[in-house]
Amino acid sequence: MSTLLIITAVVTLFAAVAAMSLRNLVHCALMLAVSFSGVAALYLQLNAEFVAFTEILVYVGAVAILIVMAILLTRSGESPEKSVLTAGWYAGVAVTAMVFTTLGWAILSSSALPQTVAPAPVVSVKNIGDTLMGRYVLPLEIVGLVLTAAMIGAVLIAFKAEPRDKNQKS
Amino acid sequence: MNPLTICLLISALLFATGFAGAVTRRHAILVLVGIELMLNAANLNLIAFWRFGPHPEALTGFIFVLFSMALAAAEAAVGLSLVIAIYRHQQTSNLDEVRELKG
Amino acid sequence: MFEQLNRFFAPVDQIFVTTLHWLVGFLPAAWRPVASSMLCIAFILMVFPALFSIVTIFERKGIGRIQNRYGPNRVGIPGTKIRLAGFGQFLPDGLKMLTKEDIVPRAADKLVHFLAPVVLLIPVLLTYAVLPFGRNMALADYDAGLLFFFAVGGAVEVSVFMAGWSSRNKYSLLGAMRAIAQMLSYEIPLILSSVTVVMIVGSLNLTRIVEAQAGHTFGLANWFVFTPWGLLGYLIFFIASLAESNRSPFDLPEAESEIIAGYFTEYSGFKFALFFLGEYLGMFAIISLGITLFLGGWTAPFACLDFIPSYLWFLTKMLGIVFIFIWIRATLPRLRMDQLMNFAWKFMLPLALLNVLVAGLWHYLAIGPLRWIACATIIIVAYVALGRGLMRHQKLGQRTYRYAD
Repeated sequence: MSTLLIITAVVTLFAAVAAMSLRNLVHCALMLAVSFSGVAALYLQLNAEFVAFTEILVYVGAVAILIVMAILLTRSGESPEKSVLTAGWYAGVAVTAMVFTTLGWAILSSSALPQTVAPAPVVSVKNIGDTLMGRYVLPLEIVGLVLTAAMIGAVLIAFKAEPRDKNQKS
Repeated sequence: MNPLTICLLISALLFATGFAGAVTRRHAILVLVGIELMLNAANLNLIAFWRFGPHPEALTGFIFVLFSMALAAAEAAVGLSLVIAIYRHQQTSNLDEVRELKG
Repeated sequence: MFEQLNRFFAPVDQIFVTTLHWLVGFLPAAWRPVASSMLCIAFILMVFPALFSIVTIFERKGIGRIQNRYGPNRVGIPGTKIRLAGFGQFLPDGLKMLTKEDIVPRAADKLVHFLAPVVLLIPVLLTYAVLPFGRNMALADYDAGLLFFFAVGGAVEVSVFMAGWSSRNKYSLLGAMRAIAQMLSYEIPLILSSVTVVMIVGSLNLTRIVEAQAGHTFGLANWFVFTPWGLLGYLIFFIASLAESNRSPFDLPEAESEIIAGYFTEYSGFKFALFFLGEYLGMFAIISLGITLFLGGWTAPFACLDFIPSYLWFLTKMLGIVFIFIWIRATLPRLRMDQLMNFAWKFMLPLALLNVLVAGLWHYLAIGPLRWIACATIIIVAYVALGRGLMRHQKLGQRTYRYAD
């Protein structure tokens, strides 16, 4: 059980590192899709099946496609010739190291983490539905509004504006 | 090392990877890729605590993650349309070159 | 009398399940779940590609006959003198595809080009895991089986993009973009029409959905397609599944007369065979899902025919719908990209949303003629109003027919 977890985690992390460090953007996007699938596999091992399927549906099926569409619409499909790292990247790496050290130290030295492994909870979709429509109905409706607003906003922002000199004679 | 600690370390590594990419890469879309990785790491953290913590039958962490995924997708959509709009304006999506507020 | 027939044929109905249990019983108890899954997977991998080869023959002959010509009619079993009037065509076709030279363009992205057919086949084969092919014959009976199907089916788009982009060919990229746009647009009416079924049944489990359609009233089965919202839902699902499998009239992304072959222009030999296989397997999977959701899965249409084994009913229904797909391909002209997208977003999406409303109304009204009349009226009025409203600016001439002599 733990071995499978480690293997899945290694694949996910490798894909994530590749997603952030490859030169070609489309390769980065495809490795991102792989890392999303890896995270979904991790969810499956944590007995969160519904979340795993939702992750594949939302992230691999929609967000990864969105990213590749954006890459193609901004003509970034070719490998860049110049450096891919921004100026001052060493500061970023230093901050990342500090972040990870802090997180790792907090995890490993924490005494608040439960030490016993409880048996897997049985999650039925009916329970999820009841909870969503019962206790969490307000966040559900608000998320619906947020998604509508995001959809309208995204369309408006990326809409091709009418050329301003339409009425001038050329 | 119990599975909870392993999952938390995996999530911390994933977060650090996403963070490193978001602050060191030049291309605007890769920053968004890094942000998506960070969100995924946070979701993994939540599910790990839901699974190994007290009261998993209350489904709190589970529902939190469902909402987090929906919002992450919405944010990716808006962020990417912003990148497209900036590209259309400045003809570049290189973050080092998009430095002026004047459109 | 029918009960006796049912009891007599019940072992035949469960023959695959009993064979599986008997075979697996030879192994020690620790290995049984793995062996059982492996045998089921092997069975699926044998049956559906075989069905694919048979359907390609029927497609070519069927389209040929509809177009007033013979299809392939000479090939029997190669190497012998047995003449099967063309039904052996899949053997030399398969052999041809396996032995053709594998050409990869020089500028192509080799790894992504290589992996695209594989990444297509894996999600498509995964979707077969949750489909119930007969009574007690679903491989993985997930609580959220329908969600699994749609999630994994949506992962096909990544493969389409990989194929189109890695070929470094403008036709491939254009075809891939069109295919992805089409698949994304038609996924929404697809999922919304299946949401109505989930609402009425109360479960995402595909076996439970089939069992909810198992009763018979006045001899006719309780299939959802025989209700107003189910009929509209199934029509929307059917059209959306035509679009999801890139079949005519939605086959602009791979049309030979428009864009060469779209995103599989640069694929030859075995990789093309894998794409072809993946496309047809995806078609079978989504037809099977439509049958499970709306046409009662493995249940019989009439109570008197219940003795026929469940998997035979499933196969019959699937072949019937495949025949309708072939018929539509041979008959209707191709839709243009903007017509296709308009149809999805302006016609099918509002109808699918309305269908959700009507299904809710159906659930809450009392059983009787009132709910039939109310639901049917709403659907017919909306359909006519939407159709006329969207067509009011089009000037279409009189339809004429020209027949071959």
